[in-house]
Amino acid sequence: MSAIAAPAAAGRERVTQLRVIVSEWTKLRSVRSTSWSLFAATVLTIGFPILASAVISAHWGQRSPGDRAHFNPIDPALVGSQIAQLAIGVLGVLVMSAEYSTGMIRASFTAVPKRLPVLWAKAIVFAAVTFALMLPAVLIAFFASQSILSRHHVNLHFSDPHVARAVIGAALYLTVIAIFALGLGAIVRNTAGGIAAFAAILFVIPPLMNVLPTSWNNAASPYLPGNAGRALLAVRPDSSSLAPWTGFGVFCAYAAGALVVAAILLVRRDT
Amino acid sequence: MIEARDLTKDYGDKRAVDGLSFDVRPGIVTGFLGPNGSGKSTTMRLILGLDRPTKGHVTVNGKPYREHPAPLHEVGALLEARSVHTGRSARNHLLALAQTHGIPKKRVDELIDHVGLHEVARKRAGKFSLGMGQRLGIATALLGDPHTVMLDEPVNGLDPEGIQWIRTLLKGLAAEGRTVFVSSHLMSEMALTADHLIVIGRGRLIADASVTDFLAGASKPLVHVRSPQGEALREALQGPDVTVTVVEPGLFEVLGLTAAQVGEAAAAHGIVLHELSPHQASLEEAFMDLTRGELEFAAT
Repeated sequence: MSAIAAPAAAGRERVTQLRVIVSEWTKLRSVRSTSWSLFAATVLTIGFPILASAVISAHWGQRSPGDRAHFNPIDPALVGSQIAQLAIGVLGVLVMSAEYSTGMIRASFTAVPKRLPVLWAKAIVFAAVTFALMLPAVLIAFFASQSILSRHHVNLHFSDPHVARAVIGAALYLTVIAIFALGLGAIVRNTAGGIAAFAAILFVIPPLMNVLPTSWNNAASPYLPGNAGRALLAVRPDSSSLAPWTGFGVFCAYAAGALVVAAILLVRRDT
Repeated sequence: MIEARDLTKDYGDKRAVDGLSFDVRPGIVTGFLGPNGSGKSTTMRLILGLDRPTKGHVTVNGKPYREHPAPLHEVGALLEARSVHTGRSARNHLLALAQTHGIPKKRVDELIDHVGLHEVARKRAGKFSLGMGQRLGIATALLGDPHTVMLDEPVNGLDPEGIQWIRTLLKGLAAEGRTVFVSSHLMSEMALTADHLIVIGRGRLIADASVTDFLAGASKPLVHVRSPQGEALREALQGPDVTVTVVEPGLFEVLGLTAAQVGEAAAAHGIVLHELSPHQASLEEAFMDLTRGELEFAAT
């Protein structure tokens, strides 16, 4: 026992942001919820576009000329990412809330008592993993769906105007969703509450806007986080939403805001 | 070395820790005693900076815990509440904590063997028994080879072999010159391991003394008396700080008088005694004595 506890047994290195990032990477990859959520996100991002394009393609002949004219081939390509955001969001909340529900947070903050490096590391690692997985997923989704649609010559090419921005934008959107959800999880510190907050902001509030007078709704809706972020995924100009990069900037501001509030609370609150 | 000064913590309008001042010195095992709910765990959280004190301050090795650049090398802690993600394996749990300080994997594997978790190191910690969880907690505490080791109720859930192992471990760590601070609500456990005691009740300091002084100073004399004249004896011994209780018909326990005082009182009243035996108060009794009235919910 003396041998194991002898001072020579361990180095005397200090805590650095980079080390905390390595630690958070170990944490993220060593729980099952990560692999399940990311697997679900990837399958949904790729699978739905293939399914949607196959259905559209099979029924193309029955479509009215008006329908055909209105058809926007980017929609089926990116539909999966809109469903996958739920899986990414749930994992984002869990990355933080599971630390509280299991008590792990006490060990984490004992190792890193300044606390903020833990929050930054989680955000950096989770955002990087999300982007690294979702970028190939949306690219596969795009090329697969467009090759199915090419049978009817209604497909888009990656080099067409705005297409590359929209497709890569879908991966960026999911990456910011990851950070936003992580921030919410850190603020609420509770899995059920965090997921409820995430779902409310992205899926419940937008349709509720319809109860507002039309002019108010039209003025406010583009600024909701989800709507603002999705402006980046548009290929055709849309007067009801913000310009692509403006909208994405607004969305990033929401995510940054959530992370800043989380940081302030993290330092102030007892654990 | 841990130095607490006027440490106070309120949760809402409830005062959990109330003006605690004490030093925990290196080279010995210091027991931190108090009934359940007396503020031991809160004090330990304050030491680690997990909670902020309402008033007062506490330093570890000269600095507030948060200000140490490599805190795991300063203090290794086992907290009473579990602090492990249930879905992560023991090895990955230790590895993730080690990586924050650049502690090599080799050290993690050594510790896993050292605490006897080799067989289950890759299993999810949520499946661990209480005893295995304690062993993992102790491995976590030793990870940074710290100057100060702080363990909250470490023998909870351990089998006799595990308890023995903890005792040896704590004494070994103290012998190496480290500061060892161990909480317990069991006096008997502390009697076997601790050299010094800090006793609290309802968040307040009750005693801060070596185990020897504690035993000598805190306990009132206790005498067993056997006599056929019970009522007469009771009256003869009456006094402000004296309690006479009937253990069984004819056998009395007198608290607050020495054997000599009891014998003299009996002689003065012409009472027959069949037995008069002084009792060395156990540490447990001394502890009960001290904390009587400090218990939040006293058992009746």
